Amino acid sequence: MAELLEQYRAVTPPGTIEFLRQLGKRLEGTRMLHVNSTRYGGGVAEMLHRLLPLFDELGIQTRWEVMVGSDAFYQTTKSFHNALQGTSQHITKGMFDAYLETNRDNAQHLNLDADVAMIHDPQPAALIGSRPSGARWLWRCHIDVSTPQPAVWQFLRPFVSQYDAAIVSLQKFARRLPVPQFIVYPSIDPLSDKNRELTQEEITSVLEKLNVPTDKPILLQVSRFDRFKDPLGVVAAYRIVKQSHDCRLVLAGGTATDDPEGTAVLAEVQEAVGVDPDVQILLLPPTANLEINALQRAATIIIQKSIREGFGLTVTEAMWKGKPVIGGDTGGITVQLIHGYTGYTVNSPAGAAFYIKRLLNEPEQIEAIGRQAKEFARNRFLITRHVQDYLGVMIHLAQGKA
Amino acid sequence: MKSSVNEDRRAIRPFQFVSCMELREVLGKRATDVPRLLELMEEVPSDSIYYHTHSYYLRHAYAQTLYPNDFATWAALYAHDRILGERLGVLDPFAYLSIEALRQDVIAIIDDHLSHHPSVYRIMGAEPFDFVRSYVIEAPLDRQAWTLSEFRNAVQEVEAGALYFHLCEARMRKTPGFDDFSHWLSAHDGLNMPELAAQVQRVVRLGLNLDGMRARIVSLCDGELKGYGGTP
Repeated sequence: MAELLEQYRAVTPPGTIEFLRQLGKRLEGTRMLHVNSTRYGGGVAEMLHRLLPLFDELGIQTRWEVMVGSDAFYQTTKSFHNALQGTSQHITKGMFDAYLETNRDNAQHLNLDADVAMIHDPQPAALIGSRPSGARWLWRCHIDVSTPQPAVWQFLRPFVSQYDAAIVSLQKFARRLPVPQFIVYPSIDPLSDKNRELTQEEITSVLEKLNVPTDKPILLQVSRFDRFKDPLGVVAAYRIVKQSHDCRLVLAGGTATDDPEGTAVLAEVQEAVGVDPDVQILLLPPTANLEINALQRAATIIIQKSIREGFGLTVTEAMWKGKPVIGGDTGGITVQLIHGYTGYTVNSPAGAAFYIKRLLNEPEQIEAIGRQAKEFARNRFLITRHVQDYLGVMIHLAQGKA
Repeated sequence: MKSSVNEDRRAIRPFQFVSCMELREVLGKRATDVPRLLELMEEVPSDSIYYHTHSYYLRHAYAQTLYPNDFATWAALYAHDRILGERLGVLDPFAYLSIEALRQDVIAIIDDHLSHHPSVYRIMGAEPFDFVRSYVIEAPLDRQAWTLSEFRNAVQEVEAGALYFHLCEARMRKTPGFDDFSHWLSAHDGLNMPELAAQVQRVVRLGLNLDGMRARIVSLCDGELKGYGGTP
């Protein structure tokens, strides 16, 4: 079997693999450790599964430790997560205590011996008290902590301040901290089921299974049923477009059975859609990677009309498939979509409708923007760039500059 | 024939291609309106001014956004001041020999603009401007050029990071005013081709993205190899 890195050669910009190998040489033999709170499920674990073999192949000995905690701990950190992202939560002293106790327990059981450790998100942040002498520790924050609930951030900040550096996904997600904060954008893996090339037969097969006809242009939004994703705004934009252009709308999202608000939003969307055979709401499980891939490849235009967004990697997923994306002018969408070049950013259903109509009128623009979007994604948002940035941080730390 | 001379010429010292990446650091300094942008412009490290005026070329090596520097783009898109965006957007970062000189001109433009439009800036920008600085991390590539033909082929093929390193980074942070390519092309122990070097040096000033610069330099080399000089 070809080396893993070599498999990326065909899909990355020229010179990428050579440059990674050169950077890897500067860190050869470095022992790296990742710590997070789950091995399966969620974007962080998914990305670590794919990143670690690449580090190993570059000569960096990489280990991954996973915290163990009680249900109470995970309830607490779920509340932390929401509070840090700006949703008001009731946090008790007992919850803070449970968090500290779980971190203390894990500090005793996890093997934290490494030259560089990357500690992911708030759950294991307090492990910093057990950093081995001489090790460099990085706090990798994957969430938007720009407008946190003060009590939770004040609790967490003293721990984060002890790290050698923090890494955020977007500059606007940064907080005032006494340590350097580097920006590393998230990425997609072009070889994963969600993003790999599909044959026309595979696409057709999936669409038949999902009962999505391809007789008309397909507008697609892939996201959970969440108010911040503005699915009602997408329906409103579709209604405007539909007055002049025959097309279909597909809203593909999670089932949201454990999320009361998601269920309510889904009901609102179903009510807004009413009886319209050209609108389909698909409730897909989190494992439906191939289905999402096929839907994105079959779509004519992809929408991500968020009114608040973290990074919004679904935009890059669509761009990688050579599709024009119309996205909300918020969060990480603004660094992915260069208005008029790799897609369009909009602030209202009317804006979305305007650009959908423009694209439907100019098929050559669909192709041109899709092509530019794919190249932009290739250069900026693939996993190889992610590896490169982490190597850069490690080299920088090794030089003692942070 | 001029072509045979240029094809046969061999440097005493080869051109060693180096590529680079940028590590970006958020400085925790945020402006929500133009007057605050101006204040912070005075105090941020020069590495930050460099990042916001030069890094564009690496970030958008294959594309062109509204303006080729972050200050101009933010002014136009988020502070809703198209005039200021235009005034900052036309700045040519490669016309400067030092970041401090560039900083002073940016400050002067914003200051002058504010003095003529004092009442406009009560509205906060929709998105804040976060000052960032960058560290360039370089690594030599396994690629050298001894002849113009080898140089031309390498320029055609190397990744954007290498072009950025030799054309942008070198010019401001290594040898002010000189990019590595024209330096080697003109050097006596390089290819000793000062006319071609001067043309290459002008390419950087045209306002192209990196891919555009690449195409022009390759075209100039092709002109020399075919026996006639081109224009940048």
